[in-house]
Amino acid sequence: MRNAAAIVGGRTVWSDVCLDVAPGEFVAVLGPNGSGKSTLVKSLLGLTPVSGTVEILGARPGRNNKRIGYVPQRRAFDGGLRIRGVDIVALGADGARWGTPMPLLSKLIRPHRYTERKRRIDAVIDTVGASAYADRPIGRCSGGEQQRLLIAQALLRNPQLLLLDEPLDSLDVPSQAGISALVRDICRRDGVAVVMVAHDVNPILPYLDRVVYLAAGHAVSGTPQQVITADQLSALYGVPIDVLHDRTGRMIVVGQPE
Amino acid sequence: MTPELSWNLADDLDQMLAYPFMVTALLAGTVVAVVTSCVGWFMVLRRESFAGHTLAVVGFPGGAGAAWLGVATGYGYLVACVLCAVAIATLPPLARASGIGAGGGGEESAVIGTLQALALATGLLFVSLYHGFLSGLTGLLFGTIAGVTTDQLRLLVIAAAVCLAALATVGRPLLWVSIDPESARAQGVPLRLVSTVFLLVLGVAAAGASQITGSLLVFALLVAPSAAAFQLTARPAAGIAVALTLALFATWAGLACAFYSPYPAGFWVATFAFGSYLLASAYRAVTDRSRRRVAA
Repeated sequence: MRNAAAIVGGRTVWSDVCLDVAPGEFVAVLGPNGSGKSTLVKSLLGLTPVSGTVEILGARPGRNNKRIGYVPQRRAFDGGLRIRGVDIVALGADGARWGTPMPLLSKLIRPHRYTERKRRIDAVIDTVGASAYADRPIGRCSGGEQQRLLIAQALLRNPQLLLLDEPLDSLDVPSQAGISALVRDICRRDGVAVVMVAHDVNPILPYLDRVVYLAAGHAVSGTPQQVITADQLSALYGVPIDVLHDRTGRMIVVGQPE
Repeated sequence: MTPELSWNLADDLDQMLAYPFMVTALLAGTVVAVVTSCVGWFMVLRRESFAGHTLAVVGFPGGAGAAWLGVATGYGYLVACVLCAVAIATLPPLARASGIGAGGGGEESAVIGTLQALALATGLLFVSLYHGFLSGLTGLLFGTIAGVTTDQLRLLVIAAAVCLAALATVGRPLLWVSIDPESARAQGVPLRLVSTVFLLVLGVAAAGASQITGSLLVFALLVAPSAAAFQLTARPAAGIAVALTLALFATWAGLACAFYSPYPAGFWVATFAFGSYLLASAYRAVTDRSRRRVAA
């Protein structure tokens, strides 16, 4: 991404953004509300037009979406939604193809392909640790469980890049830690590049290779050590922010009370 | 002709099928049940019941207008419902594709509601222009058992085939769009096209069902079996199969009861559909409770 700028509804959301993501890197996109974090992710998918040069997996945005796993920013699924988690995961494999799935028929006609497909779905559900509740209606799953299932859906395409838009939003602290560790594992073990939009940097901070801060139309990117300093953050947000270090060297970002 | 109900079911069946109009009605009912249950399942999933209801209500002025002009009511239903589907499709997409949490279609539902009132009023105007007698009105609104001609049946079969073919083509993307529009869009599913195709299919299905159950009772076949299916299973394929079975049961049993009783078919079909929904809800309440007890 070179000198990219996004204009949504006549307003320049951000400009002069430069960003490189290498395979297997874990990058966080941070910033205050309305700073264009989601817009950044959508521009990578080609859903929002951007000026400047954006190249993703060697092509223009939108060309290679099949190799990108995307988990959109989300309100939780409605509690009354009576569709099994596993069915929602399966949509990741072929949900965009025309036609209607007929499990019974495909089991009879192409038993090999059917079992292969089922094995892949089970494997990916196992990867995210959702086997216990994948057969439950998704409306009955907790926020963290739904998030895991959606990550499974995105992983089913064997993506080279995973775009996660606020996956930790409205989750409790253990769920946040669980999802963060899961994403780190996917990133490190499978060499998938991850771009995660986050509100609160602390749960993922230990795993990050690089952070991008968006604020007031500009972006600052670099390693956490470079960017996450009290001076930088205070300048970006316009309010005093401290970066603390605990005994193990972990960084914690805290805002000062007004 | 007052059919007598005996205790021998085979004899009863023979007696019923001896009348050609009953055979036509049963065939038409079967076709309608198959289409409405498949379409209805997606409609309930997409929470477009209100749009579906409007499409059905709009069929009433269509049918009444056709009667006034001396055309078969079936064509009237079809034209009105398809036009209305196109009209709803031009509403902002967010209002229609209110998948999960998109919500906030309050204003649009008010627009649709206004449209409904106008449709009913226009239908009434057509009936009075036609110097319609009361039985014509009730037939349009609540359906008639003997109302189906072979011509209408042919039209119905063609419409149903088109509906099912279209639905089978968009099935998988439609499922995704209904559950999770954002992800589907990112993977290149044309949201607008899929939603519009579905609305058109819904319109045709509502028009078809109107001939059997009348405009107001279309809902018995569109919603109740599918809603019951969602209570019973969370698997998409099984859900459609269950909805199909329940709709067929409600239609057949309803038509048979109407044949052997002085009461209208629409009432019976709606009652059986409602009954199956009630049973399904009860079943789910019981299983949920026992599951909770196991968990506790």
